[in-house]
Amino acid sequence: MLKKTPWMLMLLTALMLAVAPLQAKQANGPAPDFTLKSRDGGNVKLSELAGNVVMVNFWASWCAPCRVEMPKLNQLYNKYKDLGFVLLGVNVEEQQKPPLNFLQKRPVDFPILWDNRNEVSKEYKVIAMPTTVLVDRSGNIRYIHQGYKEGDEKKYRKIIKKLLRE
Amino acid sequence: MPAKAGAAPAPHPGADVVATSRNDSVRPLRVAAGLLLLLTSLAARGAVLPEDRADLLYHSYSGGGADINGPSLLVRKKFAEDVSVTANYYVDNVSSASIDVITTASPYEEQRTEYSLGLDYLRDRTILSIGYTNSVENDYIANTYSLGISQDMFGDLTTVSLGFIYGDNTVGRNGDSNFEEPAKLRDYRLSVSQILTQDLIVALTLETITDEGFLNNPYRSVRYLDPSSPRGYSYQAEVYPRTRTTNSVALRGRYYLPGRSALSAGYRYFSGSWGIQADTWELGYTLPWDEDWIFEFSYRFYDQGPAEFYSDLFPYRDAQNFLARDKEMSSFTTKTLGAGVTWYFEENGTGFIKRGTLNMNIDRIAFDYRDFRDLSVTGVAPGEEPLYAFNSTVLRLWLSIWF
Amino acid sequence: MNKLPILLPLLLLSACSSVEPWVKPYERAHLADPIMSFARDPVANNYIHHVYDAREGGRGAGTASGGGCGCN
Repeated sequence: MLKKTPWMLMLLTALMLAVAPLQAKQANGPAPDFTLKSRDGGNVKLSELAGNVVMVNFWASWCAPCRVEMPKLNQLYNKYKDLGFVLLGVNVEEQQKPPLNFLQKRPVDFPILWDNRNEVSKEYKVIAMPTTVLVDRSGNIRYIHQGYKEGDEKKYRKIIKKLLRE
Repeated sequence: MPAKAGAAPAPHPGADVVATSRNDSVRPLRVAAGLLLLLTSLAARGAVLPEDRADLLYHSYSGGGADINGPSLLVRKKFAEDVSVTANYYVDNVSSASIDVITTASPYEEQRTEYSLGLDYLRDRTILSIGYTNSVENDYIANTYSLGISQDMFGDLTTVSLGFIYGDNTVGRNGDSNFEEPAKLRDYRLSVSQILTQDLIVALTLETITDEGFLNNPYRSVRYLDPSSPRGYSYQAEVYPRTRTTNSVALRGRYYLPGRSALSAGYRYFSGSWGIQADTWELGYTLPWDEDWIFEFSYRFYDQGPAEFYSDLFPYRDAQNFLARDKEMSSFTTKTLGAGVTWYFEENGTGFIKRGTLNMNIDRIAFDYRDFRDLSVTGVAPGEEPLYAFNSTVLRLWLSIWF
Repeated sequence: MNKLPILLPLLLLSACSSVEPWVKPYERAHLADPIMSFARDPVANNYIHHVYDAREGGRGAGTASGGGCGCN
């Protein structure tokens, strides 16, 4: 048993040190443009929303934190939409049926876009689910947030207010 | 083994030692108590704490003359978004007339109650877990302490978990208030799970357990050839080593089949310092149906070789330093066929219950011993009794709600 | 052989920073499905392991964990 102790200790140390949290893409530079089909049928092009503060939220119905986040995002959308704020819910699933089922039980008012082939997710280098990207009125990425924990919507609110004032 | 009135056990004619036996199922249940706790906490996935939930289970084991059933209630709740707490209440109501009990003693009834508390703390991609379990029955007290750490790595495709369990137990003996022996246990566990493709995940687990102290059953005895006895054999108390080390390594995988179903397979190799070696093979198939149903089918094959000091019939008294006739230490196989069904009565709920399931699972286990004989069969020369075999049925009925 | 407890974690350390995940977080729909979980119902799972531990000589390495949605 004593012989095992150095092994376990070393492995434990390695574990703690080997945490390599994948760093977020630097929040600078123009947001890559994209055109995606929306739930309502029409197309949405990011560059056409220039002048607004745009929040792009990558989500999936199978992702538990995403499901918890949706109603909070809906609140943010309804609060700031008349001040030049647009929230795009980019769904990353292959099939539309599961997210539509979810939205039927938990409806939201903001546009839902389909990134079925994950082209936009790749462009935005999405490395966690959910991922929230905030784009300013000039079309530049100003903030990237990975994941969702309760209370994160307060962080979003702060940055949205700041960007709206610009 | 006397019925629960503390009455002195009646010795069998020819027995040198008052030979009473316990249902073998009860003893190692306590060892599993701490493992249960650690397993529950290690089930936390990488960078997300497990969801809040409550499970109420009715469990029942019936076979080989033993009937054990009872409830298990688990509640898990998050606090402060970084901490998840679990509490578990578990009871075994035991009614036993197993092969050892009916051949050397009398049927008995007893109850074992177990309480557990666990805490998981999440920070970035690390989950730290601690836990405590207390298990009490009239002749055994188990206190188990556990510590675990789980880490997501390499883009969350790999999860590495380390666990340590310390068990501090006291073995008693009914009818003998002076008998109180300690048994301590240390359990080290390493588990690595790896996502290989969008549809395939595998996991490798290693576990080493060492125990020391009074490690056998205080009621069990071995038999030896004794021409002076009317039956041809006599009994003497079991003698076990006071230390034991065991090692297990297991590889498991789950594969997602197109059209939504899952195939699972696993193999475990076990070996220990008492000479026991065992192979376990498992196969499973999970099949969802419609929107609200999931069916599950499983097969398990277990093949064990005996402990070095095990024998069904020793040639004479004190034949070895260590003596065992516990059928768990013998050479045998178990084959299990299992089937289960889950019904989602609530999914994406907006009230208190976000999700809810009703579940039932039945397993049928066939035990076949290669060197343990059925002593309930009389009129046969010692060592010529038929080999023992029996079937048992495990029923699990439970309600789960996520809130 | 004595150097192994030191070498192995260092190897892990050096390997971890250069690996790009080949299954992206948004590609984990199947892995996040409850049917792909090693232990969908912990309480029921723990009980059946407990049944085997109590009646068989083998013990340990009974379950696995990991996978899932990889969220956050």
